[in-house]
This record gives sequence, structure tokens and C-alpha cells, in this order.
Amino acid sequence: MEGKKGIFSFLIFVVITFGFPWMLTNDYYLSILILSGITAIGVVGLNLLLGYAGQISIGHAAFFGISAYTSAILTTNYGLSVGTGIFSGIALSSVVAVIIGIPALKLKALSLAMATLGFGLIVYIFLNETITLTGGPSGFVGIPRFNILGYDFYSDLAYYYLVAIILTFVIIISLNIINSRAGRALKAIHSSENAAMVMGINVARFKLFVFVLSAVFAATAGGLYAHYLSFVAPSSFDFHFSIKLIVMAVLGGMSSVWGGVIGALFLTSMPEFLRIYEELETILYGLILILCMMFMPQGIVGGIGKLSGFVMGMFSRGGGRNE
Amino acid sequence: MDLGSFLQYLISGLTIGSTYGLTALGFTIIFNATRVINFAQGEFVMMGGMLSVFFLSAMGAGLFPAIVLAVTCTTLAGVVMERLVIRPVQGANVINIILITIGVSIFIRGLVMLFLGKDTFALPPFMGTESLNFFGATIIPQSLWILTITMFVLVGLRIFFNKTIFGKAMLACSFEQKAAHLVGISVDRMVMLSFAISALVGSIGGVILAPITMTSYDVGILLGLKGFAACILGGLGNPFGAAAGGLIIGVLEALGAGYISSAFKDAFAFIILLAILFVKPSGIFGKAEIERV
Amino acid sequence: MNNGTSLLKCSDVYVRFGGVMALSDVSMDVQEGTIAALIGPNGAGKTTLLNVITGMVAQTEGSIFFRLDDLSEAQPHIRSQKGMVRTFQNLEVFSHMTVLENVMTGAHNLYKYSVLDSIFKTPRYFSQEKKCREAAMEKLRFVGLEDDWNKNAVDLPYGKQRLLELARAICGDPVLLLLDEPAAGLNPKETSSLGRVIAAVRDELKITIVLVEHDMELVMSISDDITVLNFGQVIARGTPGEIQKNPEVIKAYLGSDD
Repeated sequence: MEGKKGIFSFLIFVVITFGFPWMLTNDYYLSILILSGITAIGVVGLNLLLGYAGQISIGHAAFFGISAYTSAILTTNYGLSVGTGIFSGIALSSVVAVIIGIPALKLKALSLAMATLGFGLIVYIFLNETITLTGGPSGFVGIPRFNILGYDFYSDLAYYYLVAIILTFVIIISLNIINSRAGRALKAIHSSENAAMVMGINVARFKLFVFVLSAVFAATAGGLYAHYLSFVAPSSFDFHFSIKLIVMAVLGGMSSVWGGVIGALFLTSMPEFLRIYEELETILYGLILILCMMFMPQGIVGGIGKLSGFVMGMFSRGGGRNE
Repeated sequence: MDLGSFLQYLISGLTIGSTYGLTALGFTIIFNATRVINFAQGEFVMMGGMLSVFFLSAMGAGLFPAIVLAVTCTTLAGVVMERLVIRPVQGANVINIILITIGVSIFIRGLVMLFLGKDTFALPPFMGTESLNFFGATIIPQSLWILTITMFVLVGLRIFFNKTIFGKAMLACSFEQKAAHLVGISVDRMVMLSFAISALVGSIGGVILAPITMTSYDVGILLGLKGFAACILGGLGNPFGAAAGGLIIGVLEALGAGYISSAFKDAFAFIILLAILFVKPSGIFGKAEIERV
Repeated sequence: MNNGTSLLKCSDVYVRFGGVMALSDVSMDVQEGTIAALIGPNGAGKTTLLNVITGMVAQTEGSIFFRLDDLSEAQPHIRSQKGMVRTFQNLEVFSHMTVLENVMTGAHNLYKYSVLDSIFKTPRYFSQEKKCREAAMEKLRFVGLEDDWNKNAVDLPYGKQRLLELARAICGDPVLLLLDEPAAGLNPKETSSLGRVIAAVRDELKITIVLVEHDMELVMSISDDITVLNFGQVIARGTPGEIQKNPEVIKAYLGSDD
């Protein structure tokens, strides 16, 4: 049953994602969709960590940043191909994730939150202050657009499909992991680390695995971001961005892969459509976080689930009366 | 290294460390009463400075009344926060509560940005502008104010916790809530009081520092996190360890900025934080358990 | 039933928490194929001993032998992989999962495949998952929860959650099962049916059991061997008949139980 529902959601996603942009005539909307898709790749990863394994990270922007800058520097200053650049960025982010993750994941929630927050700020300060390498606060310009095997993704539509395909893979990978032995281990760790240990689950290893996996997704997004905008600045990977990623995960729904996608799309596109919103953006993020955690901890997807459960319940009750 | 510049770093470190210490104290007071880390603690510090500037310039109040108003408002904000978002979710899991306090923190920051703008403001020094010379180091009068006020706050809190009935009741709650409840202490009221005190202490930290470092809507993030670093350094749950941790972080940061690199000044506190968390999470002064198993 | 082979051997275990001696010089020998009960008044150190055996609390002194392995320093998940599984006094079902998934998690190390197998949905993934699912359903039938397999674990009533924990624990085909007050909070009817299930775990699945329990009727009816702890020390051991007559035991219970 889970399988059927899963395949149905997946089909809807594929149809909307790949069928929709033909009709978009406005490049501006397309670029918003591209940025939403890139962000969604990171949020889906964060959701595996936060929603499934129950481990918090308030420094996930750092993995975006490390990868974006690594790829930007390697391709622009050293003439490496974009593919190599992005892979190097992902590799470096994963190494950093392992180094930070091994000691950090031994900590309980409160300290883990602070440790990841501190880590994020250190990376941010580093990006700002190593001016000869990163260009400092004013940013790094002239990054080549994504190209692979001689094909340049110059048009936004081409880039959109690139992002959509990668996002689809990220979703498939996440769903397949969740519906497996590893996914059960992660959910077990979330509920009770003690009971998970007793079931023979190597808690430290699985926590590290999901932390690194989420860093890899974030790094992938970081690379795609740098080679889409051709420009990166430290402020794109600051504390606020880490928080934004969390708000997206929470609003979409923490215990659902789709939640990450919906949250990212919603909160990336909303500010673009509501102009007055700009001033209020921070306040709104704060409110969303508070209200979701107080009244809607399962987010939008959970709300939809509850609603459909309610409707189904009405039908089945109706059926019961007829019998 | 010459004595003059070393002393200079030491003094500026102690000065800024006082604010870190007061922030850390705020974290500890709430943690002891509720086992929650209030991520909005830094915003209380920011409000102290920003609201003083607001009352002083926009309302035309004198410096002293402006400060009193700012500290009062922040304290009230602490109480409101506890009533509106903390009390209703008692017993929720730690991650949810962390996320709620993060939400409060960015909400407060957003509000201040909306109403007071994104500019950086300076609060005038409390009294005196003539610098003193001390073995080749320059001491500005505001430094002395900061150190004196911090001492007063620490002594005041010590007396409050050891001598007054409210203070003792709060200590009782921090040891064992159920038992405190059984002997007739209203745990709810104590939790609210802890938010009030920690907002009060935090805002004082923000007010005294504002004349030296300037203030803006977003100073709370760094101050809050450095305060937390101080807390961990001193051993979470140990109020006076936290205050000492603040002074140590301040001094290390000033020395690091002076002798190693001023560009990475802000990074030092976080590197210390990570080092402590990874190597000795119980802090240097305490054996306090960070989380009960 | 009792073939005389020692499966678990705790020797001279001491546990100190700060100034408190939680366990002092505790030794215990569990014979293969038996139900060994561990009883004693509240605070006697029964759960602490269970924690030491499963590696969740480190002993100050002493050692734990399981079959022929010295597991004194092994981490909990290693002990579990060697065949030692426990349940908890405070229910610890995995609340984010269905009943079936809970039990499948119990077989974490029985039906293995790599993360890559799951990402690419290889034939190995499907065959192992199928085996795991079947094994889990069989265990659910064993404890009588087969009709609830698709419910969320948290939606089960308390008594059924206890059974779920038991099913989850036996799904990894353990050699030794440690039960921490499995009957706590159950009514007499539920308790007696739980007793039958526990006895069946020993007799049909051939799993050796260490049982910590307060319900004396349950303990006396299914145990082969009883060890009595009081203030962290072993004060008696023997068959149910011997223990019921032991004056030390009677004194310990009457003297300190409320």
C-alpha cells in the first residue's frame, strides 16, 4: 500500500516537473524554479538528517558554501572542467562532514545544534576573510556556466532540466534508502538510540552516514548554484541560509521526502511573488517555525496526509453505515 | 610582546567577556529551570542595546531612563516568550523546542529590523570620556563601568539565589521539579521567573557593551553563540562557571585577535566551542551532565 | 531442558555511581535453554545488572562472558550482534514506524544488504526484504499481533506494545533474551498470556531468557532458576521452590517493600 501511494506521488512529481516548464514563457519564473529545485536538493538531504534520523544541523549552509566555492575556484582560477570542479566540491564537503560529524554526532540534541551552528559560522567567517582565495565579502565572479561533455547549459530551460533530473535522482535515492534496512535504522535511532543499539544497529555509523549523505546533497546543490548564477558570495551561505533550510524542511514536513521539495519550492518562490514580503521575510520565517512546531509538527505534507485520512475516514464511515 | 599591548588585550578581553559572561548566565538560568537552551538569548542582549538607542533618540528620554525602559521591556519580552511559546509545549521533544526558540530569535530580530532599521547605532558612554593610562594600556571609562556593573549583577544574583525565598525556590526547581512542586513551589512561576531574570541579565549585558562595540539588529547571533560557548566552557548548568567562561572567551578572543589574526577574531570563540564540545563536553569547571540518559 | 551448558556468565561485577554502590560482587550463571529470573525489591540493582550485561552501563569491575567470548568491554550493538537482545522497562517501541517495520528492525543484522542494494533496488534487496518481512510476520503471529501489522506502533494499546517489543526482540533470532519487567502495567489476564508466550519463546524457539520481574506469580510459574538481589548484592539463588522458602528472601521483601 505504501508502495502504491509512493509511486503515485512520484508520478505526480514527474509529470509536474517535466511537463510544466514548456508552458512557461517567462524566464524569471523559470529561474525561480531552478533556484527552488537547487535548494530542494539540499533540503531533501537535510530532511533525511533532521526528519528521519532526528539529528539537528544548524550549519548546513556551510556544505553548500564549501562546495560552491571549491568548484568556483577550481574551474575559474585553475581551468578545471565544471564536472571535475563539482565533484571536487562534493568530495571536500564530504571529507569535512566526516571530520565534523564523528565528534559532533556523539553529542545530544542541544550541543549538536550549537556545534553545527558554530561550524557554520566558522566556515562563513573563513569565506569572508580569506580574500585572496575567495574574493571576500564582495563575492567571487566569473564562474563558468555548467557544461559537460561539450554541452553547455546556457539556456535556462536546459539548466532547469538538468536540475530537475538531479533532483529526481536525489528523491529516488532518498525514498529507496528510507524504505530499506538503513531507513529503518535511521528511524529507530530517532525514536530511541538505546533500543536501536539493542537491535544491533551501529548507531554512530548510521548517524555519520546520514550526516555525510545530507552534506553530499547540500554540496551537489552548492555546485549547481555556483555554476548557474556564475557568482557566489559568503552571504548566500550564512546563518540565515542554514535557518532557511530548516524552515523549509519543517514547513514542508519533516518526516517526508516530499516535504523538503514542497518547503523549498514554497519558500523560494513566495518572496519573489510577494514584494512587500521582503521586509517581513525574517519575521515570517520566525513565525512559520514557531507555529509549525507548536501546531503542525508534521508540516504541509503531514497536513495533507491528515486531511486525506479524514476524508477517507468519512468515506469508510459512510460505507459502514450502508452495510 | 610588550606589557602595554598585552594589558590592552587583556582589558578589552575582560570588557567584552563581561557581556559574554552575562549572556552565558542567562542561558544557564533558563537551562537550570527548564533543561531548555534558549536560542533567543542573544536577542535579549541585542534588545538591551537597540531599545536603549531607540528610547534615547526617538523618544528623547535621558540616557538612564532610556536604559531602564529598555531593560524593562526586554524583561517583559522574556516573560511573554515563556507564556506564549514555551509553556504551551511543555514536554515536547528537544528538537521541537530548539526550533521554537530559534523561531523566536529570528522573529525578534525581524521585528527590530522592521521598526528600527538595519543601521548600526552607538549608545553614548555612561559617564566620562577621559581615558586612563595603565602601564601603557589605555582604559576607557566605559570599560570600568562594564566591569563594575557585571560585578554588581553577579553579586546580586548570588544573593538572590542564596538568600531570597524565590532564589532558593528556583534552585530547588533546577534540582528536582517534582519535589519542588510537592513542597508547594509553583514550577510554572519559577520557569517564568527564570525567563525574566535571564532576559534582564542579557539586556544589561547588551546595554553596557553598546557604547563600545556599537549595536545593530543582528548583533544577537554572534553574542548569543559566544555566550553559549562561554556556558559550555564553564560547564552547562553552573551559573558562575558560565560567567567565568565568558571572561575567558573574551580574553582568548582579544589575545587571538591581537597576536594571531584580527580578521578571524570571531572564529576563535567558535573554535574554542567546538574544541570543548568535542573534547570535554562537561566544561572545564563542571561535571554537570549535559543531558540525562 | 537444562543441558547444563553455561551461556552467560557474569563474574564479580561491581558498579559504582559516584558514592553509591549499585552492584557489588554480583555473579550469575545462566544455563542454556532456561528462564533465569532476577528478582529483588525496588532499587536492588536488577536493571543495572541488565544494563551491564547488555553494555549500556560500564561495570566498575568484573567481567561478562557470553558463550566463550569475553564481552566485558564490547559496545551494545556488538553484544546484540553476538545474539544478546533485551527489552526495556519503559517501553521503547519505535514510534515513527508501523508494527511490522518495528519487528523488521529487530532483524537488522539477519537479512543484510548494502545501501547501494537499496538505492538501485537490486534483486538482493528484494529477496532480503522479502525474507525479513516474512520472518517479521511470523514473529507477529507468534505473539498474536498479526492483525495489527500495518498499524502505527504508537496507536497500539499498552499491552500490545509490550508484545510488540517482545516480537521485535526475538526477530533477530537471539541466543539470549533479556526481559526487563515485561509484565509491568499489564492486567492479570494479559500477564498470564504473556507468561505463556515467554515460555513458548524458551520451549519452541529455544531462546534462553533472563527475566527481571516483580510479578511473583509469573516468575514462579515459568522460571527454572531464580537469583535474588538486594541492595546490589546476591542474597539467594535457587529453584522457585527453594526461593519461596528462603528466610533471607522473605526478610528482604517484607523489610523493604512498601
